[in-house]
Amino acid sequence: MHPWVGAGPEDRRHILSELGLKSIDELFASIPAGVCVDGLDLPPARDEDWIRHTLGEMASANVAMDSIPCFLGAGVYRHVQPSIVDAVLSRAEFFTSYTPYQPEISQGTLQVIFEFQTLISRLTGLDTANASLYDGATALVEAALFSHRVLRGKRDLVVVAETIHPMYRQVLDTYAEAAGIEVAVVAPGDDGRLDPDKVRRTAGDRACCVAVQSPNFLGIVEDLPQLAAAAHDGGALAVEVVTEAVSLGLLAGGGSFGFDVVCGEAQSFGVAPGFGGPHLGFFACASKHLRQMPGRLAGETVDEDGNRAFCLTLSTREQHIRRAKATSNICTNQGLMALAATVWLEAIGGSGLRELATSCLARTEELKRRVTAVGDPWRLAYPQSPTFNEFLLVGPGSGTELVERLASEGVLAGVPTTDWGGSWPDGVLVAVTERNPATDLDALVSTLEKLS
Amino acid sequence: MTIPDGLKYGRSHEWIRTEGDSVVVGITHYAQDQLGEVVYVELPDVGSSVAVGDELGTLESVKAVSEFLAPIAGEVLEVNTRLEDEPNLVNDDPYGDGWLVKLSGSAEGEEFLDAAGYQEFLDQESA
Repeated sequence: MHPWVGAGPEDRRHILSELGLKSIDELFASIPAGVCVDGLDLPPARDEDWIRHTLGEMASANVAMDSIPCFLGAGVYRHVQPSIVDAVLSRAEFFTSYTPYQPEISQGTLQVIFEFQTLISRLTGLDTANASLYDGATALVEAALFSHRVLRGKRDLVVVAETIHPMYRQVLDTYAEAAGIEVAVVAPGDDGRLDPDKVRRTAGDRACCVAVQSPNFLGIVEDLPQLAAAAHDGGALAVEVVTEAVSLGLLAGGGSFGFDVVCGEAQSFGVAPGFGGPHLGFFACASKHLRQMPGRLAGETVDEDGNRAFCLTLSTREQHIRRAKATSNICTNQGLMALAATVWLEAIGGSGLRELATSCLARTEELKRRVTAVGDPWRLAYPQSPTFNEFLLVGPGSGTELVERLASEGVLAGVPTTDWGGSWPDGVLVAVTERNPATDLDALVSTLEKLS
Repeated sequence: MTIPDGLKYGRSHEWIRTEGDSVVVGITHYAQDQLGEVVYVELPDVGSSVAVGDELGTLESVKAVSEFLAPIAGEVLEVNTRLEDEPNLVNDDPYGDGWLVKLSGSAEGEEFLDAAGYQEFLDQESA
């Protein structure tokens, strides 16, 4: 048989005779008839050219993010994409491979993981980072379960800020229920920020961790030193969640302020916004808690000739070895996306990341000033609170209505908060990145003026 | 494969030594040999109570993590804190400096093997 060509009738006959079977149906006889579909009502087969043309026409009915002014964010962000990212990513050695069970064979893969860990460690201000996780939401879950383990299962309460991305909190609720962990939610104050005293009271001495997001779901930067202290006062671990990783180019990661875990979503680093993903979770913690960290860790070593080499330093607590007692049910890492983030960060560089983040901040501040100048009926929900590259805009109508109205004028103004509930005004989360040129800002402002 | 006299042995490869009202627990030479180089030992909190067969802690070697179990019921009186920095003591001196925990209580009423019995048990296992 040819490795790339499917089995033909002759091959099938051969395989069946080797197996001592008369038909394919006999091979699959163990599948209960009740769960089998009896014939599918499908259109006739089409050739490749027809499919390309037809699907292309369907796709062209979508509005591409880059084709009109776009301020979508709320956890997924558009940033520059140097060509080298896809060039490296699409190399077959990386693109088609999976972390093998004898990982040291794949030195390239391990080196990438090692570099990714190093970059995340530097950005978060913590000395240990794992090889990556699926996405930001599962990273939050892992942080909660991690904290539960570090405190030896004696504290069943997890305190989370309401201003953590609502989708992340939904995923946490799903896991927490199964793990018998109670989740207490702390609402922000009138300024959209957490009150450390309120956090302290909610956690008491029962919480295994306090999790906060900064910049939070409303785009607002939290007071991390105060929040770390509030968590630690009652003996809980402090967990920071980051959904816009580019903010780490300007804002110090929580590790610098005493946070025990900094985790979240690194899609901003070289992973283009997709229809449902892929995303890229990251997880960093203090090395004293290394053994409770989910996932795996690559390390640097030397081979028998003394040359620099890489190895899997820690995977003994993963699912393929520890089964039900593993530190995590996620028994792999998001290898390809971690590669994208690594290449992206190494291409942009440290000063480049700072420049990029500064540019996001400057454009956002400019837009906030101009929106404020437009005035009634438009306003910033939290005009006094510090933001990074996103803010909540309120206007004449629900967030969903506003987004629809602005879209009909040719501007994708952002993500409505309407369907998320929450103790904040119903409005539109407007995200600004370096991918929004001045003309985008002009378009949004003039449309707001028009709809005043 | 050393199996000293004067200790009691459990079928999950722990040894115990009675010291007054308490017992010292470790793993056997055979067990450490099976595990390979121990790189980390996770020990229970002093003061916690365990029943027979409860997980007392974990032993991590280069390739695997195994738990070790409480051979008797009792309270954890002491743990071998030297293992935090010298986990290799479990390999180098499993019956001495590589001890794991000290529990209150006694081995009375529990079924243990003596050195000869444990040797016989190992022979059967490998047969």
